[in-house]
Amino acid sequence: MKPADLMARLGRTRFPLAAPTWPGGVPRPAPERKVGLDYDHEWSRRYPVRLARAVVLDNITRPVAKVVAPTTVRGIEHLRHLEGPVIFAANHASHVDTPLLLTTLPLEFRHRTIVAAASDYFFDRTWKAVLWSFALAAIPIERSKVNRRSADTAAELLEDGWNLVIFPEGGRSPDGWTQPFRGGAAYLARRTGRPVVPVYLHGTRHVAGKSTATGDRPTRRSGTEATGRRGLRRAEVAVIFGPPLLPREGEEARRFSARVEAAVALLADEVATDWWTARRRAAAGGDSSSRGPDAPAWRRAWALGPAPGDEHPVAGEREWPRV
Amino acid sequence: MSPRPGFVLEVDRSTPPTLFWNGERYGLERLPEGARVVYAPEPLDKIDDPVAAIRHALEHPVGDSQPLSTLLRTGMRLTICFDDVSLPLPPMQAPDVRQLVIEEVLDMAAAAGVDDVMLIAALALHRRMTEAELRHALGNRVYDAFAPHGLLTQHDAEDPDNLVDLGQTDQGEEIEINKRAATSDLLVYVNINLVAMDGGHKSVATGLASYKSLRHHHNPGTMRHSKSFMDAPASELHTANWRMGRKIAESVKVFQIETTLNTDTFPSRFAFLQKREWEWSLRDRATFAASSAALDRTPERVARQILQSIKSPYAMRSVQAGEVEAVHALTTANVWEQQGVAVSGQTDILTMGLPYICPYNVNSIMNPILVACLGLGYFFNMYRGKPLVREGGVLVMRHPTPWDFHPAHHPSYIDFFEQVLPQTTDPVEMSKLYEESFATDPWYIHLYRTGHAYHGVHPFYMWYWCAHALEHLGRVIVVGGDPKAVRRLGFSPATTFDDALEMARDVVGPSPTLTHLHSPPLLMADVT
Repeated sequence: MKPADLMARLGRTRFPLAAPTWPGGVPRPAPERKVGLDYDHEWSRRYPVRLARAVVLDNITRPVAKVVAPTTVRGIEHLRHLEGPVIFAANHASHVDTPLLLTTLPLEFRHRTIVAAASDYFFDRTWKAVLWSFALAAIPIERSKVNRRSADTAAELLEDGWNLVIFPEGGRSPDGWTQPFRGGAAYLARRTGRPVVPVYLHGTRHVAGKSTATGDRPTRRSGTEATGRRGLRRAEVAVIFGPPLLPREGEEARRFSARVEAAVALLADEVATDWWTARRRAAAGGDSSSRGPDAPAWRRAWALGPAPGDEHPVAGEREWPRV
Repeated sequence: MSPRPGFVLEVDRSTPPTLFWNGERYGLERLPEGARVVYAPEPLDKIDDPVAAIRHALEHPVGDSQPLSTLLRTGMRLTICFDDVSLPLPPMQAPDVRQLVIEEVLDMAAAAGVDDVMLIAALALHRRMTEAELRHALGNRVYDAFAPHGLLTQHDAEDPDNLVDLGQTDQGEEIEINKRAATSDLLVYVNINLVAMDGGHKSVATGLASYKSLRHHHNPGTMRHSKSFMDAPASELHTANWRMGRKIAESVKVFQIETTLNTDTFPSRFAFLQKREWEWSLRDRATFAASSAALDRTPERVARQILQSIKSPYAMRSVQAGEVEAVHALTTANVWEQQGVAVSGQTDILTMGLPYICPYNVNSIMNPILVACLGLGYFFNMYRGKPLVREGGVLVMRHPTPWDFHPAHHPSYIDFFEQVLPQTTDPVEMSKLYEESFATDPWYIHLYRTGHAYHGVHPFYMWYWCAHALEHLGRVIVVGGDPKAVRRLGFSPATTFDDALEMARDVVGPSPTLTHLHSPPLLMADVT
């Protein structure tokens, strides 16, 4: 049969082989929402899927991450005697944060960890929901506020023995500096009694950060809009784990969240200076360097410094930040 | 999303073909533009804790009745009667509602120290249930506690030693019912009310009666004046039963327990059978295509076994207990809430696809008489107000109508089909000429009492069940039926649905209105 004949025959296919047509007199209901917070991700934690994910994570994601982002891991000793499940609360600057963090986790955590991912970004299409549920064991969460349904799901999974990676900033940093932490991680820790491990991811904004946050030379896309370099770039990064934190007796989620944020800032300071300087500054109540200077946008961008490989501008060209 | 009510679809160019049952098979038919299709309401929410609901109903009876626990006492004689295998349809997934209710009643009886308890299947003139059917209806716990000791019995309408005469109604109707039930201190009747017709005084007055008693309301005159069976105030069958039931209540203390089910009729793998065609998912379409093609190629006997093995995921919607009439009023309202669909105006042609099961062929064969009964007796009568089809209109039903009978279950049907129908299809005439001889035939009585046969008179009752429709309709056309069998019934055979519509136009005119009853799931049309 010629392809044209086949297509013609397929074109004539009728119900029930073809999808039914809708009677004119019957109002069509809004399509049932099966993405976003409503996405059913239970399948992604079944054993065969976990096995497949482990194979992909260890044999594809990990080697690729090593090549794209040669990683220095510090503070891993804090996890050595820690019993799961735990909540990993990290700063967020890049799409590579999650695979990087997952691949650096010790084995006893790596394949039993789920990732809280923004429902409006990672779960807004079925294919995206399937992809991220499989690749990262992602679960959809509402990032703009503490959503009861998201919180219930995450808490149930924690109680079920799953570790959780969460980015309390609620999204990638728009300018390279850490944003204020939201209360989700602290709330879950208080609710489930599980510890929070602060994690600082250093330098990932250079790998696949938001285009405005890379500190890179901007490229002009339109007459008025200027953005930074997009796509994947190679850069050295560091993952620093801090000592686990538990909410104190009677400590509110908001206070505990501030403590988690301070712990991540301390780790950031540690990278920028050294452990002792960072501790001293923290003990003196000094400002962490992770939030950046309280100054106009261009100065914040400027304070980030040049990207790796761009330390020496082209002779004769002045490196002004574009904001 | 809350369950959607039933509705009437007007067929247009974009309406997909409509599902038609065809006995042990099913297919699609394209209905003409402008036709109407009556769709059943979606299953209403089930009771989350049916056992607690049953306990509450027993302790909070309606009408002039005390709580069951206060009616039970040491030394009393307690009889629990229950509906037989004809309900529900298809049989429901375990646990059956009867089991849940009877276990609660027995728990209370045990707590009250009642020793003399007997269970009776209220068969009337139906066939005896098999052990497997009883176990399914009552559960193993009840069966094993009562059956080995002879305390689980089935009503025998031909056992003179176990029948008692309770006198006559003011209309001269004789009342003869089960002796054990009638002489008990308390008779608890456990009902499954699948349709509005079931329950009320009909439970005891029919389910536990003898032929002598039943003939007063199961006759052509009463049936013709039951318009319809689903609307008790307009049903002469129910009026007669109510007269008898009130008379029975003068001497027998009856505690009635009635339950209603939702319309979740088919398990999830056959969910497409109760969905609207334009909402069929890819899986529904694939299941339909695969299952209908497979059933078309399967021998009838095997197809029957496959479909008869389906157990419905029905769930209990309500349970009410206490005085018969007060209970039944609530039950009827609950059934209508689940199954009622408002339909405006009658139609010239009513179409329907008849499924593989009716109340009298559970685990058996749907013979031609039962095909007539299901179409004209049951589906035609699923209305309140006016019939869906106008007087003189045409009923088109799809069923293979095989010339096939279950010799153990329906022996008298075979003789009725061979001897009575060739002579007359007029219910009045056949009742005068043949009913008595079939009803008193010792061989049929022997088979009814000792085997699993329906009573000798039962095929007559099935035919009387059609009496109202036969009088009302201008013609009955059976699509795809065995032509000889269909003609024997006095109906017209048609090869295709389009042929049937052409034939119908000869009766009702060239531009008829057409309404299709999309059932099962069961629905009742409230026709105005």
